[in-house]
Amino acid sequence: MSAVPFWAQLINLFAAVLLLLAFAMLAQRRVLTLIDLFAAQGFALACSTAIVAYATRQPHLFWSAGLTLVLKVILLPWLLHRLIRQLDVRWDVEGLINIPTTMLIGIVLVVFAFNLALPIAQLASTVTRATLGIAMASVMLSFLMMITRRKAIPQVIGFLSMENGLFFAATSATYGMPMVVELGIALDVLVAMLILGVFFFQIREQFDSLDLKHLEKLKEHE
Amino acid sequence: MSATGFLSQLLQLVVALLLAPLLLGWVNQCRAWLQNKRAPSLLLPYWTIRKLFHKDAVVADNASGLFRVTPYVVFAAMALAAAIVPSLATDLGTAFGSIGARREMFVGFLAEPALLMVLFTASLISGATLLPTIVETLAHRDIAIYPSLAFAGVAFTMVSLAENARIPVDNPATHLELTMIHEAMILEYSARHLALIEWASALKLFNYSCIGLALFLPFGIAKGSSDWGAILVAVPVLIGKLAVGGFALALIETLFAKMRIFRAPEFLGTAFLLAVLAMLVNLLLGS
Repeated sequence: MSAVPFWAQLINLFAAVLLLLAFAMLAQRRVLTLIDLFAAQGFALACSTAIVAYATRQPHLFWSAGLTLVLKVILLPWLLHRLIRQLDVRWDVEGLINIPTTMLIGIVLVVFAFNLALPIAQLASTVTRATLGIAMASVMLSFLMMITRRKAIPQVIGFLSMENGLFFAATSATYGMPMVVELGIALDVLVAMLILGVFFFQIREQFDSLDLKHLEKLKEHE
Repeated sequence: MSATGFLSQLLQLVVALLLAPLLLGWVNQCRAWLQNKRAPSLLLPYWTIRKLFHKDAVVADNASGLFRVTPYVVFAAMALAAAIVPSLATDLGTAFGSIGARREMFVGFLAEPALLMVLFTASLISGATLLPTIVETLAHRDIAIYPSLAFAGVAFTMVSLAENARIPVDNPATHLELTMIHEAMILEYSARHLALIEWASALKLFNYSCIGLALFLPFGIAKGSSDWGAILVAVPVLIGKLAVGGFALALIETLFAKMRIFRAPEFLGTAFLLAVLAMLVNLLLGS
C-alpha cells in the first residue's frame, strides 16, 4: 500500500468525493442546496485537476483547473442563483421517482459504469486511469438526475454536472484535452447556460410554470 | 484458551459492564452542557440502576413467562456482546409495547444491510473476516488516505445512531407516544427488569462505540489478549477515545432534530448507500 504515492491518494480521495457529491445531488430536494452541491463538485474537480497537473508536470492542466474554478465554482453558481432570484422559484424539487428508489438505481448505474470502465482503463497509460470508472459513474448519475427531475432548473444543473463528469474523464484518461478544445467547451457551457436562462423566462411566460411536462403537449387545447 | 487469556477476557467483560453506564452518563452530561442546562450527575445511570434494583417489580397480569425472562436474555446477550433482539414487548397486547417493538424491528431490519456492507468494506481493506484480525491490520498499516474507510465510518456512525435509538432516528429522552421507538418498547417494564434493560442498552451503546473506534480509529489498541502491559495502556486510551466519542454523540444529538419515523428508511438508505459506495470505491481504486 505504501507504493501508492501521496498525490495519487489525494486524487483518489477527490474522485471519491466527486462520486459522493453526485449522489448527494441526486438525493437533494432543494434547488438552492443543489446549486451549492454543484459548486462543491466543481471545486473538487478543480482540486483534483490541479493535483494531476502538479504530479505530472503538465502546465496546461493548471490553466484548466483555474478555468474550472472560475467557471464552475464562481460564475455558473452565481448565474444560477441570480436566475432563481429573478424567477422567484425556491420550490422543493419534485422527482418523478422517490428518492430511495433513485438512489438504488444510482448504485446499479455505478456498478455498471465501473465494470464498463475497467477494460477501457486498462488501455489507458495514465497514472490516474483507475478514476475513469468514477468519471463514467458521475456522468451516468447526472444523466439519471436529468431524467428523474421534472423542473427545468434541476435538469440544467444535471446537464452542467454531466460536463463535470466528462471533464474528469478526460483528465483521468488522457491528462486533459488540448487547450483549444477545453476553452471551446468552457465557452459552450457558459453560452448554453445563458441561452437556457433566456429559455426559462420564455417557458414561464408561456406556461406560468417551469414544469417541463407542459412541453410534452403538441396542441394548445386538449 | 490459556488461564491468562480467560482472565483478560473476563476483565474486558467486567470493564465493559462497569463503564457502560458511565458512557451514558457522560453523553447525557455533555448534551446538557451543550444545551445550556444544568448537567445531571455523571453517575446518574448507576443510581438509576441501583434504585430500580431495589424496587418491587410490577408485572401485568396477562404477561407470560416470556415477558419476565426477556430482560435477563437481553442483558445476557448484550453482556456477550451480541446484537439486541427486539424484545418481546408485543407479549402484553397493549398498544405501546407493540408499536415500539415493531418500530424497533423496522429500524433494525433496515440498519442490518448497511452494517453488513460496512463490515465487508473493512474486511476487503484488511483481507480478513475476523474482527480482531481486521483491527490489527488496520492498526498497523502505513498511514494513507482511505476514502472508502471514511465513507464506511460515516455509514457506521449513522447505523449506530439508529440502532442505539439516538436522536435523528429516535429520542431517548421522550415519552411522547407518537415519536418514541425504544422507550415505547420498554414502557411496561419496572424495577429490576427495567434496570437490566437500561443497563443492556447502555452496554449496547458501549459495544457499538468500541467496535466503531476499533475499526476506524484503531491506534493504541491492545494486541492479542494475554499481554497485560498492552492492556494496561489500552484501557486509558480507550477511555479517552470514548470520552471524545461521547462528546461527539452529544454534539450530534444537539445539532440535529429527530426526524419523522417515515424518514428513517431514507436515513438508513443513505447509510446503506455510503457503505456500498465505500465498497465499490475500494474495489475500483484499491484504497
